[in-house]
Amino acid sequence: MRAQFVFHEVWIGLRRNLTMTVALIVVVAISLSLLGTGLLFVKQVDSTRTYWQARVQLSVYLCSSAVVSTQCSKNGPVTASEQQQIQSELKSNPDVTSVTFVSAAQNYAQFRQEFSSNPSLVNSTPADEIPSSFEVKLKNAQADVGQVGSVINGAPGVDQIVNDSSVLDPFYKLLDGARNAVVLVAIFLLVAAILLVANTIRLSAFNRRRETSIMRLVGASNFYVQLPFLVEGMIAAVFGWLVATGLLVAVKAFWLDNLHQYFAFNVQLSATDLVEVIILALITGLLICGLTSFLTLRRYLRV
Amino acid sequence: MIHFDNVTKTYPNQGRPALENVTLDVEKGEFVFLVGPSGSGKSTFLRLVLKEERPSEGRIHVAGRDLARLTNWKVPHLRRRIGCVFQDFRLLPNKSVYQNIAFALEVIGKPRRFIRKVVPEVIDLVGLEGKRDRMPDELSGGEQQRVAMARAFVNRPMILLADEPTGNIDPATSIGIMKVLDRINRTGTTVVMATHDAAIVDSMRKRVIELEYGKVVRDQSRGVYGQAY
Repeated sequence: MRAQFVFHEVWIGLRRNLTMTVALIVVVAISLSLLGTGLLFVKQVDSTRTYWQARVQLSVYLCSSAVVSTQCSKNGPVTASEQQQIQSELKSNPDVTSVTFVSAAQNYAQFRQEFSSNPSLVNSTPADEIPSSFEVKLKNAQADVGQVGSVINGAPGVDQIVNDSSVLDPFYKLLDGARNAVVLVAIFLLVAAILLVANTIRLSAFNRRRETSIMRLVGASNFYVQLPFLVEGMIAAVFGWLVATGLLVAVKAFWLDNLHQYFAFNVQLSATDLVEVIILALITGLLICGLTSFLTLRRYLRV
Repeated sequence: MIHFDNVTKTYPNQGRPALENVTLDVEKGEFVFLVGPSGSGKSTFLRLVLKEERPSEGRIHVAGRDLARLTNWKVPHLRRRIGCVFQDFRLLPNKSVYQNIAFALEVIGKPRRFIRKVVPEVIDLVGLEGKRDRMPDELSGGEQQRVAMARAFVNRPMILLADEPTGNIDPATSIGIMKVLDRINRTGTTVVMATHDAAIVDSMRKRVIELEYGKVVRDQSRGVYGQAY
């Protein structure tokens, strides 16, 4: 095997149809980076979901004199015995891990802190409009929310039950939708990449038909005849992958890592996640280019 | 060296076989002319020897191997023992004389040291001393054919197949080409040359096999081109 000779042939091949090679590299780069972005989204959604599933809880808001909902105006503000009753009922439920009472003052303090960026809302909300509540931690947040809520729903002293996951759902939907769109576009582009690889290799085989016919005549092995073309496809794959790697690092650094600016709850992806996605993109690129070149060559470079 | 046993070759969608019941032997070191009009089966014969085509019937042995039992991936090894020269030279226009000849060795993975040693030798053998760095378009037809012969011979094949090597060359230059083929033959290489050139066949006085409509109509040692049997 003469590596220098093979690479010289590859270099000639790449230079001869430069425009096709550049087009191929660009398409491989874009499709791989979109595929990678899709995968990063999947990881982002998964890790965020896992993070919040461990923390999701039920907030049971209690009636106070200032709350004017129909539920409360019927029963009046919560009494000490009603509060005791609600707490014991929640605690006796096997799906509940813990029940914490949060006083109205504590809730108000937290409200002021969370909405500190919106002073007019804070100032226009009197302290007694924020009720006290029970914060209920559940064993299996997704499954048990409705069941636990229905037990105490409408009990005297209970105003409303707020389920954290109903707050998170729109966020998940947004991420899922973005991921699906990105993956779909990536798949279309991968198909385009496959066709482009096939076309480039075909052109290359046509450009080098004299060399190829002489190689066959003097008894070059099939492997030797096909190798320059295979390497050509692979090199396009590697260059496309390099560009895609840059784009993926940028996607993570400038976009995914900044999501927490727009959503109060976000989990950052680790560098390992990024490396995993980049390696997967390399394997996909090499596989697509290598396999397509190989199959194309079998049609155009018969012995 | 080449053994045809009752070989028939029919191409698809053609009524008359290109070769019909051909049986012949070419011994090691022989020089054989293959003569006959166009379409008589000369090229089919050469393609069968190279295993570019398979016979419809009959057996072919080349260099001691049964071609029917030769797997596809071993065909390159057969072709390394056979050199080929064509009417249209088939040189690579963007490579020099030296590079064209070296290419044949590079693509079968010969080490560079070996290539540096044998290519100048074979350039001398075909009489192109001092022209190693010329490009094909700077050479005359006869010189280009010498390059093609050097490329065919550089790997010291056991058999050299020449398909009308003087077809594009004037008679005076053809004599030089035949001298080179004769020199190659004297190294022990079997030479099979398909030709129309009566003058050359008559002057060489070698074995002549005449084909007509795919059949061997004459096989004569020290023969001439147009002689009746």
